This record gives sequence, structure tokens and C-alpha cells, in this order.
Amino acid sequence: MSIKAVDLTYTYGAGTAFEQRALRGVNFEIKDGEFVGLIGHTGSGKSTLIQHLNGLLKATGGDILYHGESIYQEGYNLRALRGKVGLVFQYPEYQLFETDVFSDVCFGPRNLGLSQEEIEKRARHALRLVGFPEKLYGKSPFELSGGQKRRVAIAGVLAMRPEMMILDEPTAGLDPKGRDEILGQIERLNRQHGLTILLVSHSMEDVARYVDRIMVMNHGELAFDGAPREVFRHYRELEAMGLAAPQITYIVQELRERGVPVDDSITTVKEAAAAILGLLGKGGGEET
Amino acid sequence: MIRDITIGQYYPADSPIHRLDPRTKLFGTLVYIVSLFFADNLWCYGAATLFLAAAVRISRVPFRFIVRGLKAVVFLLLISVSFNLFLTDGRVLWQAGFLKITDAGLRLALFMGLRLAYLVIGSSIMTLTTTPNQLADGLEKSLGFLNRARVPVHEISMMMSIALRFIPILVEETDKIMKAQMARGADFESGNVIRRAKSMIPILVPLFVSAFRRATDLAMAMEARCYRGGEGRTKMKPLQYERRDGFAYAVLLAYLAAVIALRLIW
Ligand SMILES: Nc1ncnc2c1ncn2[C@@H]1O[C@H](COP(=O)(O)OP(=O)(O)OP(=O)(O)O)[C@@H](O)[C@H]1O
Ligand SMILES: [Mg+2]
Repeated sequence: MSIKAVDLTYTYGAGTAFEQRALRGVNFEIKDGEFVGLIGHTGSGKSTLIQHLNGLLKATGGDILYHGESIYQEGYNLRALRGKVGLVFQYPEYQLFETDVFSDVCFGPRNLGLSQEEIEKRARHALRLVGFPEKLYGKSPFELSGGQKRRVAIAGVLAMRPEMMILDEPTAGLDPKGRDEILGQIERLNRQHGLTILLVSHSMEDVARYVDRIMVMNHGELAFDGAPREVFRHYRELEAMGLAAPQITYIVQELRERGVPVDDSITTVKEAAAAILGLLGKGGGEET
Repeated sequence: MIRDITIGQYYPADSPIHRLDPRTKLFGTLVYIVSLFFADNLWCYGAATLFLAAAVRISRVPFRFIVRGLKAVVFLLLISVSFNLFLTDGRVLWQAGFLKITDAGLRLALFMGLRLAYLVIGSSIMTLTTTPNQLADGLEKSLGFLNRARVPVHEISMMMSIALRFIPILVEETDKIMKAQMARGADFESGNVIRRAKSMIPILVPLFVSAFRRATDLAMAMEARCYRGGEGRTKMKPLQYERRDGFAYAVLLAYLAAVIALRLIW
């Protein structure tokens, strides 16, 4: 069970002066339960790519296979697919419209044609999963803070009970605390509820901390695809793409260049601290 | 989908028409529209077709792009053509029940259809080859004489250019909002009229919210740069007619004369 992209190509405004090749032959497969980060510089095609996965954009070439079936075949139910592959857009402002938060979250499950009881149950559950305070359920979504809006938007998609969630920069414009909370909740959805997650982000730092696998986009192509430690080994190439590995990678590399034998597969501050303390002979059990 | 709306959109290219003074294009479009209403026989429409085809060709805007603008008015076009086709009196050519096609109806329907289509194509050539700023400049200068009658020409042209500039932005935004709601399973295509109208609410609310936010942001940004209307305002690039504008006016006059002559002769 998986979602798979085969030679995916997409061109905006084909045949006009605005022609823009946004995807050039992208191949990958995401298995059930994976937590994948999608990284790339501005305009590298991340948002374009993810809109293919639930059929909002139709590829100009190539194919998408969901559980082995092409979503482009005649008579494929795209609306059902969108209930299974939940997509949360970058700006919550584009989807909030109801008079209160709770009704807004009900919009998705209502479109699935469920009973009123089931709709409300799912909405309540979804709001609880994203940690939205119950006393604000009746508030207008337009009066919320940025972080709260983001949560409502995520809950609005979560309430459809998708098998996979795609989140486009869910932490853009949030303060460090809000960012950590949202990412923590997303991580819990993956670890505890088994949701497959595709997280789009600019920040290597964020991604390195949570995901099992990183895909790097560069000018519409998939440049790297692998575990964070493998991807960060290419930190020089990443830099050439206008990205950067997490800061800790640089410290580790610098130490190695100076002859300190730390493991170069370290990706987080915690691991690095443990390794360095270990070298200093302190056992490495403590945390910084 | 919604992105097919090309009215108010600029198509960047380097063509003689792009380089014309906006006043020339404004006046040219006006003359062309008048000529369409003046035309009443096939020969006139032949001249209008030729003129339009030449303009499209020279403008280097792909024909497909121009036709896409027509899609937006296809409904209007069909209604007016069928009204004229079936409801005009004259010599009956074909009849079924209360529907009949007459020779006069056929003629009227054909001319009406052509007139509407050419009108839309003609004005989209102007907007496609002129940036909204140029357009506003052109209008402001052409209508400058109204200033003496205390008409706030500058303010009006500024509002117009902002409104034009907002059309593609709002279209793009509508597209994004529709996608965000479709990702939540929204359905805009099925159901009866009432259901469809109701399904627009999830699009319209975010669209209005964002349009108002954009408008206040823009007003703030203009004030922050000390915008205070047209009084005493000078231009960085004042409009100036060139040789090619003279040539364009000559072609335009020749075309107008031809249409008038064709109408009077036949
Ligand atoms: N609606 C559109 N019409 C035309 N071109 C587009 C459109 N959307 C995106 N593009 C172009 O496609 C390319 C990829 O854009 P995309 O939005 O997928 O990038 P991204 O990786 O999501 O960037 P960001 O990190 O800024 O969100 C860009 O060059 C962009 O200019
Ligand atoms: Mg993006």
C-alpha cells in the first residue's frame, strides 16, 4: 500500500509565453506509515508536486499510482481520493469560511456524506488531536491567531480521516514555540495514529528532527531521496542548491576536518552532544 | 477552469503593437468597436476580420490565448445568437413548431455573433498588449481635458488601473481557494442551481476576506510612500507619440474609410 509517482512531468501554461516547466520526471514511492520531508528552494516545485498526489493538478506526463491503481484512469473517483490523501495548503486563509471554528472543521466530513453525529464526532476528535482549546470552538476562524488558524486548517483535513496527510509548510510564519507544538502534533499523528505524513518545509532543522526520510527538490527534479543522515552528507551540493544542512552538520564536519573522530552521520544536536561527551570520556548519558 | 479568464491580463511579448503608445491603442480599439456597429454587410465584416487578423498576427500573442478569453462569454454569445436566429421575422427558411429560422434572422444572428466575438477579441488585444499602468496613463492623458470640468481624472484612472491589476490576482486567488476546498471534498459541479450557488460560499467568503485585506494593505503601502492624488504629480516617463503611432493612425483611418465606403456602396 503506497503512493507512487512515475516520471511525473508538469508544465504551467504550456504553449504560452508563461510556459514554466515545474516538474521534470519525478519518481518516488511513499509507503504506508512513513514520515517524509520534502525540501527545496523557493520555486523548486514542491507545491506543484503535492497537488498532483490528490489529483488537483493533472500531470502533463507520467502517472500517479495510489495503492497500485492509476488515478488518471477513466472513472477513478478523485473526490474519494481527496478524502484519503488529505492536503493542507500553505495558507489557512484560503480555506476558512464558516462562522465558527467547529462548523468549519465539519465541512470536510460533511462532504463525505456522513451522518450528522459522525461528522461532529470526527470534528471534535480532529480538533482534540491538533490541541485546539475547546473553549474556542464557537469563535470565528477569522479572529484567531496565525497558529490557531493553522491548527483549525489541519483539523479540517484531519476530520476526513485520511490515510495520508500532506502539509505544505505548516510552520511558515509561526514563532519557535508554535512551530515545535505543531510539528510535535504532526509527529504524534504519525507515530501514534499511523498516518503517513509528507511534510513540505524550507527548514532542514525542522525536518531533520522529525522525519525518517528526506526528498530534496531542485528545479523541478528530485535531487536526493534518503534518510536524513545520507542526504546531509551531500551538504556541499545542498548549499549549491540554496539549501543548507542543519547547523550541527557543519560543526560535526568541522570537527572531523580538525581530526576529531566524531561520527559523520549525526543529524541532531542531541546525538552530537552524546558523541562529543562520549569522546571526552564522560559516558555521554547526559543531555544538554 | 477559472484561469481561462484573460480579460485584464497582460501578455508580455516584443511586438510593434506592444510598443505603440497606449493612447493609440485605446483610440484604435474605440474606432474598431464603432466600426463593428457601423458594419451591416458581409463586405464590412470581411474588412473587420482582415483588420483583426492582422492585429492579432502582429501582436505576437498566440491565437489560442486570445480565444481562451472568448470562452468566458460563450454563454452570452450563444444566447444572443439564438435569440436573433429564432425570433426574427422574415422569409421562413425552416420551421419546427414555434421555432423558425428566417433569412433575416440568419443574417442578424451571424452579424450579432461576429460583432460580439470581434468586440471581445479586439478589446482583449488591447489589454493583452498594454500593461495596466500604460493603460491608465493613456486614459489619464486622453481624458485630461475633463480636468477643467472638475472631473478627478487622475483618481479615476488610478482606480481603474488598480482594479484591472487586481483581476488576475483575484483569479489566481480564486483558483487557490477552490483547490483548498476541493482538497476537503468540496464539489462545485453537481447538484441543482440552489446547491451550486450554495457551494460557492466556501469560495466567496475567503475571497472577500482576502480582497479586503489586500485593498487595505495597498492603501497603506501607497500612503506610506506619500501618495496624495494627482495634483502636482509629474511623470517619470511622460507619454510621447512616435513615428509608428502616426503610421498606426494612418492604417486605422484607412480601415475606417474602407468600412464606411463598403457600407455605402453595398
Ligand atoms: N499557477 C502557476 N502558474 C504558473 N506558474 C506557476 C504557478 N504556480 C507555480 N508556478 C511556477 O512553477 C514553479 C514551481 O512552483 P511551486 O509553487 O511548486 O514551488 P515551491 O517549491 O512550492 O516554492 P515555495 O517554496 O516558494 O512555496 C515556479 O517556478 C513557479 O513560478
Ligand atoms: Mg510552495
